[in-house]
Amino acid sequence: MAITDIGAYAHLTDADIEALGRELDVIRRDIEESRGERDARYIRSVIRAQRALEIAGRATLFAGRYRPAWVAGVGLLSLAKIIENMELGHNVSHGQWDWMNDPEIHSTSWEWDMTGPSEQWKRAHNYSHHTYTNIVGMDDDVGFGILRMTRDEAWRPINLLQPIANVILAATFEWGIALHDLSIQKEAAGGPHQGMLTRPDREFYAKAGKQMAKDFVIYPALTGPGFKRTLTANLTANLIRNVWAYLVIFCGHFPDGAEKFTVAEFENETRAQWYLRQMLGSANIDAGPVMAFMTGNLSYQIEHHMFPDLPSNRYAEIAERVRVLCAKYDLPYTTGPLSRQYLLAFRTIHKLALPDRFLRRTADDAPETSSERKFTALGGTVARLRVDPVTGQRRGLRSALRDAKVALRRDR
Amino acid sequence: MSMDFKKWLEYPAAEKSAGQPRFNAVRGVLARVTTPLLPDDYLHLANPLWSARELRGQIVEVRKETADSATLVIKPGWGFDFKYLPGQFIGIGIRIEGRWHWRSYSLTSSPSWNEKLISITVKAMPEGFLSTHIVGGVPAGTIVRLATPQGNFALPEPPPRKILFLTAGSGITPVIAMLRTMDHRNELPDVIHVHSAPTANDVMFADELADLHARHQDFRSHVQLTRTGGKFDLSSLEALFPDWRERQTWACGPVTMLDDIEHLWKREGIHDRLHLERFEIARVADTGQGGTVTFSKSDRSVAVDGATTLLQAGEDQGVAMPFGCRMGICQTCVVALTEGYIRDLRSGKEHGPGDRIQTCISAAAGDCTLEA
Repeated sequence: MAITDIGAYAHLTDADIEALGRELDVIRRDIEESRGERDARYIRSVIRAQRALEIAGRATLFAGRYRPAWVAGVGLLSLAKIIENMELGHNVSHGQWDWMNDPEIHSTSWEWDMTGPSEQWKRAHNYSHHTYTNIVGMDDDVGFGILRMTRDEAWRPINLLQPIANVILAATFEWGIALHDLSIQKEAAGGPHQGMLTRPDREFYAKAGKQMAKDFVIYPALTGPGFKRTLTANLTANLIRNVWAYLVIFCGHFPDGAEKFTVAEFENETRAQWYLRQMLGSANIDAGPVMAFMTGNLSYQIEHHMFPDLPSNRYAEIAERVRVLCAKYDLPYTTGPLSRQYLLAFRTIHKLALPDRFLRRTADDAPETSSERKFTALGGTVARLRVDPVTGQRRGLRSALRDAKVALRRDR
Repeated sequence: MSMDFKKWLEYPAAEKSAGQPRFNAVRGVLARVTTPLLPDDYLHLANPLWSARELRGQIVEVRKETADSATLVIKPGWGFDFKYLPGQFIGIGIRIEGRWHWRSYSLTSSPSWNEKLISITVKAMPEGFLSTHIVGGVPAGTIVRLATPQGNFALPEPPPRKILFLTAGSGITPVIAMLRTMDHRNELPDVIHVHSAPTANDVMFADELADLHARHQDFRSHVQLTRTGGKFDLSSLEALFPDWRERQTWACGPVTMLDDIEHLWKREGIHDRLHLERFEIARVADTGQGGTVTFSKSDRSVAVDGATTLLQAGEDQGVAMPFGCRMGICQTCVVALTEGYIRDLRSGKEHGPGDRIQTCISAAAGDCTLEA
């Protein structure tokens, strides 16, 4: 069940892991020291462009009775909402731009265009998810408490509804996130909250109310006779943003190869092992510059998880260096096109709706989760990173995973 | 319009405003449309001064005062309150290489000016990163950030009948604001001003002081050129101005000068007539020395070493510090540093007043104050 001994799984000694950690620290330092005017200009132009897109979209919808204008308005508004959500809201709240010391572009003051308050999201996401990434039982983002995304979790009858729950979650993603964050916030606040309107509750209703009023009452009303058309346009834009955000998030942690970990792994974890867990627990999406931008650079999920507070516009260059390190330590670098990454996650959602007795593989050796025990059953593969005396190639986890795949095919 | 209704209109804008912007009701109404942003967040893209979310200003003129000092004339944006007191200082943020750097400077403008402008005068300090940058050439047109003017080193209204100003170097800046204000109102009382500078070329506002001296018979300007005449000797006050003990005194200049003055006024038992402005905050030069951390919101303070994190220090004192991962990744623990310096334990970098810092990976570098 999930990874407990990350060194054994990664085929690395403690010294290897510490060395890797030091190399990653160098990357962090290099980026930190080279942040400057170019980066600041980047985020300011993104903000400007996003606000211009939003104004253009809202304005176009005033002519919503003409079909092409309605479509264009929805398109512009969806684009604006996606950028606001991912490249701005998510990344600014991570503190990626705090170094500029600009009170208006700062993790402590940014409020995003989503149902839930940024403050509650930051707690759940930046703290719980990014600290306890993929630790089964600690990171509530593993399935968001709704979906069984790893067979490390026991099956419950409700999981049979997963295929439907998945569609609902995708369509109402901002609500899913908001309610998820609210419950975490309330838990952290402690005290009895059954049937009581707690402070987090009040903050939640205030924010959600303002958001709903804007998109579903005020803007439609401003367009007068076009009320219904503007309402459907705004609903559509929110839906598109929700589905897109859902897709990107699910491709970041749920394709095969994004590993899960046990609580035991987390206890006594060093800084370098933390890096390694982030690396093994995340998955990238193959993306060019435009696509990367539309995902808020979360197509570089691996880099984001190792350096959540470095500016997103630098992830592409960080990725090049991380790939070099992966080759050096023969570690897997999980990536693939959006369609493939999502299909893998989609398969897991549907497969794990079923009870374990219908599943062939164990939690030590399954597509969505595995552990260091996967390799003990497998004779004849490498145990620790070493240089092959014949080929001169480095052989470690990546080679062992390749061997395991071959062995699996042979067994079949 | 009933008060409650007005408040209801204003509230979305009122909670996110610096200073006292006018038209808050309009901003409030529009904010319901632009939520979670303010109308300002769109408008400032058209004109940088059209925002009251934060105080902003635009430099409209840069005037050289001496070889190493310059005056910045600034046009403040929405929300700036011109009812500051002469002698008060203002926080100013300037963007260099993508980063906003904050410092405080005395306002040299008089609040009674009717043009909607303010000014500060900055002297380039050796190793003073920001002051050197400002004097070295910030072009007119630059957008700056501003903090509300503050400080107790201010001229009361009405001014006392007899005044003594003791200044040196850039210490003249708050005092020139007081002099200008009294001159504007044409109510300059019996004022003695002793100012020290190395040479005649180093005297800021020299012409203006001479002019005031010529126009007001009750104003006496005594300029001490220290390179030729040596330091101003406080014991000569007796001979030069026999009634010095009776005067309300404002002094501003280097630390040693202020210490000498404070000492003398205490000895004479006239300490209640002395007002001091210290520009320099004692700052620990080397690593790892710590200092006294003050948590301003919870009104607590504690002496800590240079290895204890500020988060730890706060929690030990029972301060409800925001906290998260405790390893510097999640930004949950960020609070504003309002005074003094802290050190980032990971990078060794220092942060100063106006910065927002992660308390879980920062330690005190001298005395400092956190907004927590």
